[in-house]
Amino acid sequence: MTRQTLPGFHLTLGLSVFYLSFIALLPLLALTFKAGEAGCKALLETLLDPRVLAAFRLSFGLSLLATFFSLTLGLITAWVLVRYDFPGKRWADAVVDLPFALPTAVAGIALTSLYAPQGWFGRYFEMVGIKVAYTPLGIFIALVFISLPFVIRTVQPVIRELPHEIEEAAATLGSRRTQTFIRIILPMLFPSLLIGGLMGFGRALGEYGSVVFIAGNLPFKTEIIPLLIVTKLEQYDYTSAAVLGAAMLLASFLIMLCINFVQQRHATFTFKN
Amino acid sequence: MKILLLCIPLLALSACQDSAALLNVSYDPTREFFTEYNLYFSDLWEKQHGKRILISQSHGGSGKQARAVIDGIPADVVTLALGYDIDAIAAKGLIRKNWQQQLPYNSAPYTSTIIFVVRKGNPKKIRGWDDLIRKDVEVVIANPLTSGGARWAYLAAWGHAQITRQGDIDAIRQYMKALYANAPILDTSARGAAMSFAERYIGDVLVSWENEALLLLRYHSDELEIVTPPYSILAEPAVAVVDRNVDERGTRSLAEAYLKTLYTEEAQDIAARHYYRPRSQSILKRYAHHFPSLRLFTLDEMFGSWADVHKKHFASDGEFDRIIRELGMQQAKK
Repeated sequence: MTRQTLPGFHLTLGLSVFYLSFIALLPLLALTFKAGEAGCKALLETLLDPRVLAAFRLSFGLSLLATFFSLTLGLITAWVLVRYDFPGKRWADAVVDLPFALPTAVAGIALTSLYAPQGWFGRYFEMVGIKVAYTPLGIFIALVFISLPFVIRTVQPVIRELPHEIEEAAATLGSRRTQTFIRIILPMLFPSLLIGGLMGFGRALGEYGSVVFIAGNLPFKTEIIPLLIVTKLEQYDYTSAAVLGAAMLLASFLIMLCINFVQQRHATFTFKN
Repeated sequence: MKILLLCIPLLALSACQDSAALLNVSYDPTREFFTEYNLYFSDLWEKQHGKRILISQSHGGSGKQARAVIDGIPADVVTLALGYDIDAIAAKGLIRKNWQQQLPYNSAPYTSTIIFVVRKGNPKKIRGWDDLIRKDVEVVIANPLTSGGARWAYLAAWGHAQITRQGDIDAIRQYMKALYANAPILDTSARGAAMSFAERYIGDVLVSWENEALLLLRYHSDELEIVTPPYSILAEPAVAVVDRNVDERGTRSLAEAYLKTLYTEEAQDIAARHYYRPRSQSILKRYAHHFPSLRLFTLDEMFGSWADVHKKHFASDGEFDRIIRELGMQQAKK
């Protein structure tokens, strides 16, 4: 047996499992049990309520759209940050992390103020007849804001590791730049893009603070699932809230499974080569 | 060593019980009022008992605060926006069932009502509730499912419709649907709705707590003005001692005195200065310039108990759900 770098394997493992159970596993189990209390019929009734369905459509649809947008924008941003030198680059690199640290409610209020019909940006959109705040478009912007850093931060290190020689070799063999990008670079970046996208998607699905302020919260129009959960709690309807919570939990679990699957495949892929 | 470790929390507990401390769990708009009242009360208590006390206050959405008490925040007293929230705590056995009979005026020492705020000069000529359903009017109102103030606003509108439509349920529903169809957004809190209206220039009229409206006008008196409808609801934010907690902590006499003192002339004056309608008639007269008289109906006479109201209006499949669903379907048809 090889010597472990960290001493006291048993103790650290024990502690890790113990804390993980308390902080993550038990609350999630409790949530599932609470949802189970509802019984099959009530569970279906809660989930199939037209208002709930509309909120699910909105939450999933906009999260997906925002993720695709973040993927494109994130890839370009990461590429620029790695490959080019420009004044203020370090500063720009630091700004990427801000949405991680900023309390989401603060972000939400700031975005709403900017995009409201009389806000700095909002008034120009208003002039051309586009409403941003209090519409799905506003929610989309908030979701891009919070999912973008995930993409940038997962893709950045991979771009940094890309060997320049591959591009040069491709060029000497007569490949055009778009060809090089689509046939060579994109496939190498694909796993990290996918993981960044999935993480951003998961975050966007569960996002509450930054969205409620800019959403307008109109049922059937701009109401997201997390707000609906809070609404149920305000009515002391713990069971329905738990049912919706458990549905979101299932969604995040599936996303995590996808991430793990991608990571595993990616790992075997690189080892083979 | 282990015994020593066990002793520390016990010591901490006993230390807590020695120094007289009181926790008041309240809702959002009472922050400034209770800050001032706590100073007044602790001075009074020190004068009478020669003992300094420490009063802490906690604020948040009324429903969220009630859940925190149910989940174990060691509140000695609760002062919440809705009697329903206190009922919810009572249902868990933390407060005696007949809490509303423990203090005068249904345990509501100060009141407020629901009024309108419009842009300066009242460009849309809004005078009463029926103006809110006009096609050319946008109404800013919070979501009654997440905001206590918005529940009072909903009930005020319903009460108006019930009076003017002579109890014709279809006509009342039509009025309510038209009202929420005019809402461009539904903020999650009364404060949020006030911000949307005053700072983001959304809508033509804000349906608001009177005390919030007066506070708003303090900062925006050049841009906004208040319109008092001919009648509205008497909103009664309620207070109660959390029986189980005070018995455990031995703070019952302090907690009871804290709430009783709210009814004294001095406390009523503080409440009036923070724009709550005082119960004391003499104080009300002194602040009459803040509080124009209007016909006020109570929850009891129009709707019955909070439990009835909740079941009929705010539960899943209640009246509000129906309004929202019908509006949603209309939207889908378009």
